[in-house]
Amino acid sequence: MEETRTVGLVVNHQKYEAEVPVRFHLADFLRQRLRLTGTHLGCEHGVCGACTVLVDGQSVRSCLMLAVQADGHEVLTVEGLAEDGKLHPLQQAFRDYHGLQCGFCTPGTLLTLVELLQSNPDPTEDDVRVAISGNLCRCTGYQGIVEAALKAARQISRSAR
Amino acid sequence: MKAPRFSYHDPRQVTEVIGLLSSLENAKLLAGGQSLMPMLNMRYVLPDHLIDLNRVEGLSVLAESESCLLAGTMVRQREMEFSDAVRRRLPIIKDALQWVGHRQTRNRGTLGGSLCHLDPAAELATIAAVLDAELTVQGPEGQREIAFKDFPAGFMMSCLSPQEMLMSVCFPVWPTTHGWGFVEYARRHGDFAIVSAAAMVLRGVDGRIGRAAVALGGMAAAPVRAAEAEALLMGSTGDEATVRAAADSCRGIDAVGDALVPASYRQHLAGVIVARALRQALSRAR
Amino acid sequence: MIGLSVARIEDLALLTGQGRFVDDLDLPLMLHAAYVRSPHAHAAVLGIETAAAQAVPGVRAVLTMADCRPYLTATRLSVGLPSASYRQVADRPVLAIDEVAYVGEPLAIVIADTRHIAEDAVERVEVAYEVLDAVADCRAALAADAPLVHRGAPHNLLAEFEVGYGDVRAAFGDAAHVIREKISQHRGCGHPLECRGVVASYDAEEDRLRVWSSTQTPHAAQRLLCDLLGRDETQVRVITPDVGGGFGPKLVFYQEEVVTALAALVLRRPVKWIEDRREHFVATTQERDQFWDLEMALDGQGRVLGIRGRMVHDHGAYTARGVNLPYESAQTVTLPYDVPAYELKVELALTNKVPVSPVRGAGQPQGVFVMERLLDRAAQALGMDRAEIRRRNLIPVERMPCPRPLKTRGGIPVVLDSGDYLRCQQDALARIGWDGFPARQDAARRCGRYIGIGLANFVKGTGRGPFEPVTVRIAPSGKIQVFTGAAAMGQSTRTMLAQVVAAQLGEDLHNIVVTAGDTAGTALGLGGFNSRQAVMAGTSAHVAAVKVRDKLLTVASEMMEVASEDLEVAGAEVRVKGVPGMRRSLGEVARAISGVAGFRLPAGLTPGLEATEQPVMDAMAYANGTAAAEVEVDAETGDVEVRRLVIAHDCGRMINPMIVDGQVIGGVAHGIGNALFEWMGFDETAQPVTTNLAEYLLVSAPEMPRIEVLHHESPSPLNPLGVKGVGECGVLPTVPAIISAIEDALSPFGVRLGHAPVTPMDIVALLEKARTA
Repeated sequence: MEETRTVGLVVNHQKYEAEVPVRFHLADFLRQRLRLTGTHLGCEHGVCGACTVLVDGQSVRSCLMLAVQADGHEVLTVEGLAEDGKLHPLQQAFRDYHGLQCGFCTPGTLLTLVELLQSNPDPTEDDVRVAISGNLCRCTGYQGIVEAALKAARQISRSAR
Repeated sequence: MKAPRFSYHDPRQVTEVIGLLSSLENAKLLAGGQSLMPMLNMRYVLPDHLIDLNRVEGLSVLAESESCLLAGTMVRQREMEFSDAVRRRLPIIKDALQWVGHRQTRNRGTLGGSLCHLDPAAELATIAAVLDAELTVQGPEGQREIAFKDFPAGFMMSCLSPQEMLMSVCFPVWPTTHGWGFVEYARRHGDFAIVSAAAMVLRGVDGRIGRAAVALGGMAAAPVRAAEAEALLMGSTGDEATVRAAADSCRGIDAVGDALVPASYRQHLAGVIVARALRQALSRAR
Repeated sequence: MIGLSVARIEDLALLTGQGRFVDDLDLPLMLHAAYVRSPHAHAAVLGIETAAAQAVPGVRAVLTMADCRPYLTATRLSVGLPSASYRQVADRPVLAIDEVAYVGEPLAIVIADTRHIAEDAVERVEVAYEVLDAVADCRAALAADAPLVHRGAPHNLLAEFEVGYGDVRAAFGDAAHVIREKISQHRGCGHPLECRGVVASYDAEEDRLRVWSSTQTPHAAQRLLCDLLGRDETQVRVITPDVGGGFGPKLVFYQEEVVTALAALVLRRPVKWIEDRREHFVATTQERDQFWDLEMALDGQGRVLGIRGRMVHDHGAYTARGVNLPYESAQTVTLPYDVPAYELKVELALTNKVPVSPVRGAGQPQGVFVMERLLDRAAQALGMDRAEIRRRNLIPVERMPCPRPLKTRGGIPVVLDSGDYLRCQQDALARIGWDGFPARQDAARRCGRYIGIGLANFVKGTGRGPFEPVTVRIAPSGKIQVFTGAAAMGQSTRTMLAQVVAAQLGEDLHNIVVTAGDTAGTALGLGGFNSRQAVMAGTSAHVAAVKVRDKLLTVASEMMEVASEDLEVAGAEVRVKGVPGMRRSLGEVARAISGVAGFRLPAGLTPGLEATEQPVMDAMAYANGTAAAEVEVDAETGDVEVRRLVIAHDCGRMINPMIVDGQVIGGVAHGIGNALFEWMGFDETAQPVTTNLAEYLLVSAPEMPRIEVLHHESPSPLNPLGVKGVGECGVLPTVPAIISAIEDALSPFGVRLGHAPVTPMDIVALLEKARTA
C-alpha cells in the first residue's frame, strides 16, 4: 500500500488539508490534490523552472520538494497573484509587453519575478536576466519577459510612492 | 519521472536520525533535495527509506569564532550567500555561491547536502578543499572530525559509513589581508561547472606570498588541490610569469572526460581558469 | 485593427493559471498511463511477460501489440507524405512486435491509478531482447557492409532524390573560381516547455471517443484514429487543449495517441498519458545530422555560376512525416540568390535512432546555412567583402515576382512573390555598423580581445497550402464565433484570427470567441506548421468575415430601412453613421435572419449570418530577411558571447507587430541555440547521451542579447491581407550569421568553421590546431 501522510498548509492565503502519498512532490500535490493546475511540470529534474512557486516567500522548484515537506508552510502559486480580480502588476505587464506566448513557463517565471522585485525593487536588465536564468522559455527569447519585468518594477515603485 | 516508493521519516532530533540510520537498511538522508530529488524522480536512486533532515533541531547554526566560520550541515546556501559573517571573514565562499545553480537551488540547497553528495563540479566542495575545511560527523559511537581532504572516497561517495551523518563544517579563516579568487567556466549561467578554480593567497610583510591554496573542481571525482601550483607560488612576488607557470602546471592534472566534454578540454581550461583565479586573488591580497 | 499591437485574448487565462493544458484535464475515474520503451537501439524482441506488472496493486491493465491487435485495422502508422523518392517503406509499428529499432520505441502501455504506480509497473514488465548491431551514423549506414537498421530491410537507404536546374557542367567548366566545402550540421530537438500528452475518453453509450492531444494537427490525428480504429468521424473527436509550444514535433501523429485512445476504449475509462522530459528525448521526433559536400563555381566578379554536390541526411529509424525535411534543405539553398545552375543529390539514411521530422524551420535552416557558408568562403577566396558578394548575387526587387526553377514537394512552382532582399541586407548592416566594424575589431585585437561580425540572408517558403477552413458566424446571442482547423501552440493564432475578423465586424476582440483545433468545429483542417496559419487561416477568416459583414449590413439595412453604405459596424452593434440612436445589436440582426416559422426571411436572403471559407492557395508566400551578428570569442576558454543580433525581416503585412516581434525573437533564440548550444548526442551504439535538460542546452535569459528587429513589409500579392508567415523565420539566418561572426573573430588564427553547432571545445581544439600548424 502506498504510504501517505496528511499535509496541512496555507496556499494563496487559504488553509488546506489533504492526504497525499509521501512520494508525491509539491507540484503533484498542488495540481492533483488541490486542483491548482497553474503550476506546471516541464522537466521534473529541477532545470526548467516551470514548477516554481514561493514557499514562505522564497522561490522553490516544487518538483524538487516533497509535498510532505510543505506541511505547516505557506505557499504562493500563480493563482494567488491577482487580488480581488485585479491583476498583479507583473501579470499586467506581461500582457502589455508580450511576456508570454504559449504560457507554459509563465507561472513559474512570474513567481520568480515576484521574489526578485520583493528584494530588488529597481533591478537592472542584467539583474532580471540573472534572476530568470533558472526559468527556461522556448517561445519568447526572453525579451518580452525582461521588458515586462522592468516595466512592472517601475509601476510598482510608482504605486508605492 | 515519478519517484519510486519509499518510507518517509521526519525526525526532530539528531539522536533520532542516528537511531534511524542504525536501524534502517537502504536509507538516504534528504537535505535540500536539489540533488537527491532529481535522482529520485529519475529513479537513479531507489532508497527504501528517506530520512528528512529539514525538521531536525540544531543543524542550522551559522557562527563565527576567532579561528573559524562554523556552519551546521543544514545551513541553506542562500543564508551563507547573504551572511555578513561569511562576507567579512571568507568572502570566497560568497563568490563561489553565486555560481551554485540558480536562486531556487540556493533557497533550498544546503551546505551539508552539497558536500555529502560530492558532485565533482560542486562549488562548495571546491571551497571546502581550498580552505581545508574540518567536518564534524556524528555516528552511533559518537563524534569524529574529518579533514575535507580525507572526506571523498570515490565518485560521488564520501567516507561516511551508512550510520553516520555530517553535523557541521568548520572553515578555518584566513587573516583579513588575504586575497581570494573564484573563477568557474560553465556553458550557461547556473550550469554545472566544467572546471572551477578557487585560489587563496596571503602575502608576508615582505610582499612575497607566504601562503597559497589552489583547488580545482570538475577535473576529477573530487576537488583537487594543485600542489605544484601552490609550491611555485610560495615565496614569489605573484608576478605574471609565476602566475602563468602555476596555472600551466595545472594542465598536467588528470581530468575526466565524457561525451560532452573531453578530458583534454578540462585540462586546457584548468590552466586558463587557475590563472584568472590567481590574478583575482593577487589583486585583492594586501 | 490590422497592423495594431492589440493585447492578446489568450493572455488572461494563461497569466492567472487558468490555462487548460492536457495535463490539467481531470475526468472522473481517469486512469494514468506509462509506456514500456526499448532500452536498446536495435534488438529482436523474443517475448514480453506482463504478469508481474499486472500484479502490482493499482495497475488496471498492461497492453502489448497482441492485446491491441483486435482493435486495430493496421499494425503500422502510414503517415509519410507522398514522394517518388522512397526506396523502401519504414513505417512505425503501433507498438513494437518482434523488433525494436531505436532507444525509446514503445512496446507496451501500463494503465494504473496513478502515474507513479504505472511507472512502478513498467519496471516489472519483462521483455526478452536479443541485442542486434545498431547503426549510429547516417554516413556509415550507407556503406556496403553496414549492419541493417531493420532486420528485414534490403539496405539502409530510405530515399534518394535529386534537386536541380540549369547546366551545372557548363557552369563549372567556365568558372574562374571553384570553392569546395564540406559542411556538417546538427539541429536538435523541439523541446517545447510542455511535453506531449493525450487524454482519451470513451463514451460507451454513444460509442464516441474524445481525444485531447497536445498536437499541432488535430484533423490528421482524427483521420488516423478513425482509420486505425475502424471508426467514422462522428465517433472520434480530437480536441487540442492549450498547447505549451509545438515547434514541429507535435505535428506528427504518434503511437501513443492511438494506443492511449485504444486503452480508453478497452477499459471503458478515461486514460491520461503525459510524456515526461526524459521520454521527450527518445519518444518525440527531432532533427539531427546532415552532411553536405559542395562545390560553388564563380566568375571573376564574384557572381555565382553554379552549385553542386551531395548531402546525406539522418532519417532515424522510421518515417514519421516524410522526406520533406531534406527536400526543403535542398530546395532552400539558392532561393534568394540568382544562381543559374544547381544540382544536389540527396540520400536519406535510416539509423537506429529516434525518427526525424521537422523542428522549427523544417530543413530550411540547413539550406540557408550551406549557402551562406559558401558565400563567405567565396568572399575569402576572391578577397571580397562578405556583404558585397551577396549584393552581387541577391535577386533584386525589380525582378519580383520572380519565378525560380524549383518546385515545392507537391510539384508547385516556386515563385518569389515579393521582397526587397538588398534593402533588408542594407538596413541590417547599417544598424549593426558593418562598415565601421573593422576599425573596432582592430582596436579590440590590440587589447587581446577577439570580436567578429557576420551576416546571412534568408528566403523562406511560408503559408503551406492548400487551405485552412475558417467559419465566421454571428450567433443569435450576438457573439461572433470563429471556428477553424488551425491549431494554436503559443503563436497567438486565436488573437490573429480575432483581429482579422474584428477588422470587418466591430473591432472589439472581446465580442469574438475563437475555437481552434477542435474537429467538432470544422470538418476539415491541416493545422499549424510551415508558418502557414496567418496566411491560410488568416485569409479564410478575412474572406469569411467580409462575406458575413456584407450580409450583416444587408439585413440591417432592411431592418432599419437605411442604405447599407450608411451603416457601420462598431463593437457589438450595427449603426447608422452619425446617428447614434439608430442601431441594432448584432444579436438582433442575427435573430432577424434566423427564421420565424411560416414567415419570409428579410430581403429574400438565405438563413443565418455565417460563412465558411477555405480558399485554395497552392503557391507559397516567401518571407525574407537578413541577420547580422556581433560576437566576442574568449580565445582561452572558447566561450562565445553574442553581443548583438540585428535582424531585418519581411513577413509581408503584419497583423500584430508585437506578436510578430515575439515570433522573430523566439526564432532567433532557437537559432542561437542551434549555433552554439543544442546537440542531441548519441554514442556509437546509438544510445542517447544527452537525456536531460542539464545536458541538452536550451538558451536561458543571460545568453541572449537584446535582439534588434527591423520590420519591412512587402505585401504578398497572393492573398487579400498581403501576409506571409513568420513563426520560423528567426531561426534561419541566425545560425550562419553567428558562425560567420565567430570565424571572423578568429581570423587572425586562420580558423575555418564548416559546421554547427560550434562549441567552446571545438574552438579551443581549432585554435590548438592552428597554433601547432
